[in-house]
Amino acid sequence: MFGKLTLEAIPYHEPIVMVTLAAVILGGVALLGAITYLGKWKYLWTEWLTSVDHKRIGVMYIIVALIMLLRGFADAIMMRGQQAVAAADAVGFLPPHHYDQIFTAHGVIMIFFMAMPFITGLMNVVVPLQIGARDVAYPFLNSLSFWLFCVGVVLMMLSLFVGEFAATGWLAYPPLSGLEGSPGVGVDYYIWALQISGVGTTLSGINFIVTILRMRTPGMSLMKMPVFTWTALVTNILIVAAFPVLAGTLALLTADRYLDMHFFTNDLGGNVMMYVNLIWIWGHPEVYILILPCFGAFSEIIATYSKKPLFGYKSMVYATAAIGVLSFMVWLHHFFTMGAGANVNTFFGIATMIISVPTGVKIFNWLFTMYRGRVEMTTPVLWTIGFMVTFVIGGMTGVLMAIPGVSFVLHNSLFLIAHFHNVIIGGVVFGCIAAMTYWFPKAFGFKLNERLGKYSFWCWFIGFYLAFMPLYILGLKGMTRRINHYDDPTWQPYLIVAFIGACFVAAGIGFLLLQVAVSIRDRKKNLDTTGDPWGGRTLEWSIASPAPFYNFAHLPKVDHLDQHWEDKENGTAYAKPTHYEDIHMPRNTGAGVFIGCFGLVMTFALVWHIWWLAIVGFVGMIGSFIVRVYDRDVDYYVPAKEVERIDSAHLASIQKAV
Amino acid sequence: MSHAATTLPHGSGAHAAGHHDEHHDDGSKTVVGFWIYLMSDLLIFAVLFATFAVLSNATAGGPTGKELFELPFVLVETMLLLISSFTFGMAMLNMHAGNKGRVIGWLIVTFLFGAGFIGMEIYEFHHLITHGHGPNTSAFLSSFFTLVGTHGLHVSFGLLWIIIMIDLIRRHGLDGINKRRLSCLSLFWHFLDIVWICVFTFVYLMGAI
Repeated sequence: MFGKLTLEAIPYHEPIVMVTLAAVILGGVALLGAITYLGKWKYLWTEWLTSVDHKRIGVMYIIVALIMLLRGFADAIMMRGQQAVAAADAVGFLPPHHYDQIFTAHGVIMIFFMAMPFITGLMNVVVPLQIGARDVAYPFLNSLSFWLFCVGVVLMMLSLFVGEFAATGWLAYPPLSGLEGSPGVGVDYYIWALQISGVGTTLSGINFIVTILRMRTPGMSLMKMPVFTWTALVTNILIVAAFPVLAGTLALLTADRYLDMHFFTNDLGGNVMMYVNLIWIWGHPEVYILILPCFGAFSEIIATYSKKPLFGYKSMVYATAAIGVLSFMVWLHHFFTMGAGANVNTFFGIATMIISVPTGVKIFNWLFTMYRGRVEMTTPVLWTIGFMVTFVIGGMTGVLMAIPGVSFVLHNSLFLIAHFHNVIIGGVVFGCIAAMTYWFPKAFGFKLNERLGKYSFWCWFIGFYLAFMPLYILGLKGMTRRINHYDDPTWQPYLIVAFIGACFVAAGIGFLLLQVAVSIRDRKKNLDTTGDPWGGRTLEWSIASPAPFYNFAHLPKVDHLDQHWEDKENGTAYAKPTHYEDIHMPRNTGAGVFIGCFGLVMTFALVWHIWWLAIVGFVGMIGSFIVRVYDRDVDYYVPAKEVERIDSAHLASIQKAV
Repeated sequence: MSHAATTLPHGSGAHAAGHHDEHHDDGSKTVVGFWIYLMSDLLIFAVLFATFAVLSNATAGGPTGKELFELPFVLVETMLLLISSFTFGMAMLNMHAGNKGRVIGWLIVTFLFGAGFIGMEIYEFHHLITHGHGPNTSAFLSSFFTLVGTHGLHVSFGLLWIIIMIDLIRRHGLDGINKRRLSCLSLFWHFLDIVWICVFTFVYLMGAI
C-alpha cells in the first residue's frame, strides 16, 4: 500500500535533523497562523500564488531562493564545523553517512534551488521591463514553471525529514548512485527533485527566448537591447540547449534504478563514464547559465553608478555570445583523469583557456566604464568591485587547472573546491545580491538600507577570503574534497580559519536579512517616488516604482541604446501620451498550483515506490492541464480610463519630486 | 498594489475587432515557442541516440540487433506512421479551407494510424520481453528499449492530444485558438515522424546489417 514508506523512514535517532524538523514545524505553524490571524489567505491566493504577473512570480522565485540560501548555508557551516574539529583522534559531530548527505544537499540546493531561482527571479522581474513588454510571452507557463520548481524545493526539504537524501555528491555519479551503491531513497529524491524542477526551468527558458525575440517594444533592435537582457537571452538559449541533456541523463539513471536497465552499471555492458560525460555536457553550460545574467547585472550597475554608457557594449554582447557557444566545448575538463588520451585532453584544455578570453574582455569593459566616471560608491557598486577582484582570482585558478597535467594533481582536491566557490560566490552570489539591491525599488517602491547593505558586503567579502583561501593551500597540500575526518593535524589550523570565515559569511547573511527587515520597517523614509532612484539608463526606470501591473501605459519608442537616459537628456522623458488604449492582460489562474500539487504527489510516490499514488498524481497533472486547456476565460482588458488614472497619478508624483 | 478593480472580459463588444497590440497573438508567437520546445525535445532524443551509438555493441553476450530485428515488421510500422503524417497534412489543408467536419475526419484517420503504430510497437516489445530479450538483458537492449520507447511515449501523448483536439474543434470550431493548437500538434506529429525515420535508419536498418 505505501511502497517502501514506513514510520522507520523518519530519522528519530538524528538529533540535528529532529531539532531542525521541530524548528521547521514551529516556524511553519507560526507562519500559517499569522496568515490566518491577519486574514491574508485570500489576498495571498488571488494576488500572489495564482498570479501570472512576471514581477510577482519573480519576487516569489527570489524569496524561495533566499530561504534555500539559509538551508544551503546551514549545510555549509556544519561541514566547516565538522572539519574544524575532526582531526586525528576526534571524530566530530557528524557521522559519515549524515555528512555525505550534507555535502550532497549543499551542492544541489545552492545550484538548483538557490542560484537558479535567484537568476530566474531576476530575469522575471527585469527583462520584460527592460524591453518595454507588458508581460512574458506565456504568462500561464511562467506560473507553471515556478510551481514545478517549487515541487523540487518541497521534495528536497521532505528528504531531510522523511527518509534520506543522496549521499553521492551533487552530480550523483554512478555506480555509487546506482541501485547497488545507493539502495535507499536518497538518490530517488535527488532524481525527481531535479527532474521536475528542470522541466520548469526548461519551460521558463523557452518562455524568455520568445519574450525577448518577439516582444520588444517598437524600435528596439537586438543591438539596442540592454546588456542584462542580452545576457538573459544567451542564458535562456543555454538553458534550452542544456537542460534536456540533464533530463535525458537522469532519465537513464532512473531506468537503471527503477527498471533494472544497464546504462551505467558495472555489469552487462553498462558504461559509467558515459554518465560523467553526459552530465557535464549539461553541467558546464550550467555554470555559464548562472554567471551570464550576473555579468549583465554588473554591467547595468556599473554604467548607472558611473554615470557613463557602458564601455564597449558591442564587445560585451559578442563576448556573451562567444561564451555561450564555447560553454558547450569544454565539458571534459571536469574529468581529464578519465584517460581520454593526450589529444582529447589537449583539445579541451585549450578550449578552456580560450573561454577565459571573452570573460577577460568583460572585466576590461567594466574597468573602462568606471575609468573617468563619477562612480558613486553605493552598495551595488561595492558588490561589483568585490566581484571583479574575486572573480579574477577565481578565473585564474581555473585557467591553472585547464592544464591537464595540473588537473591530474589537483583533481578532486580542495584547490578545486576553492576555485569554484571563488567564481560562484564571487560571481553569482555577489551578482544576485547586487542585482537585488539595484532593482529592489522597481519591484517594491522603496530602497534598501545602504548602511546594512555595506555591512553585509564586508562580512561576505572578508568571510569569503577567510573561508576559501586556506582551502587553496590545503588543496596543494593534498587534502581531498568530501572527507569528514583526517589524520594530518597540520591541516587543522587552516580549517579553523575557514570555519571563522564561514562565521563571517553567516554575519553577512544576517545583515542581508536585517537589511530587508529594516528597510521594510523604514519604507516610508526610503520611498522611490520618481521610479528612477539611481538616475538609470534603461526603460525600466522610466515607469513608476513599483511598476504598475501592466508595466507600460503606452509602449515606448526606442532609438537609442540607453533610451531613458537620452530622453532625460533631451527633456522628452515622462511625456504624457496623447491618448490611452485599453490594455490586454492575462487573467490569474490557479492551474499552475494544482498541477504542481499533483506533481508533488507523483514524484513523492515515485520516490517511495507507491505506484497507485504515482498514477493518481500523474493523471491529476495531465487532467489539470486539460482542464486549463478548456478554460477560455484567460484574459481581460484594462480600460483606457483606468490606465490613464494610474499613469496620471505617477506623472503628477514625478512633477512634485522634480 | 492591487489589480485594477474594473476589467472588461476579453471579446466584449468594443474589442471584437481592430486590436493590434503586441499581446494580441495571431498564433505565430506560440508557434515559435513550440518550435523551440521541439528543438529541446530533439536534444533529449540526441542524448538517447548518442547513448545507443555508444552501447549498441555492448550486448554482454546477449542477442545483437541483427538476431532480433524483423525488418518487414518494422517497415509496416514505419509506413503506418508515415501515412499518418500524410493524413495529418490533409487535416491541415482542410483547416486552412475552413472545413471543420473534414478536419475532424482526417484527425480520426490520423489517430487510427498512430494507434496502429503504437499497437505494433507494444507487440514488438512484448514479443522481445517474453522471449527473454528484455531491457535488463544488456546495455544494448536497455538503450534500444529506452530510445524506441521514448519515441513511443511521445506518439502516445500525441494520440491523447489528437483526441482532445477533436473534442475542442467539435465544441468551438476552427477559431484562432484551435487553429494555433492544431498547428502546434501538426508540428509535433511531423517531428515525431522525422525522429522515427532516424530510429528506423540508425537502429533497425544499420542494426540489421
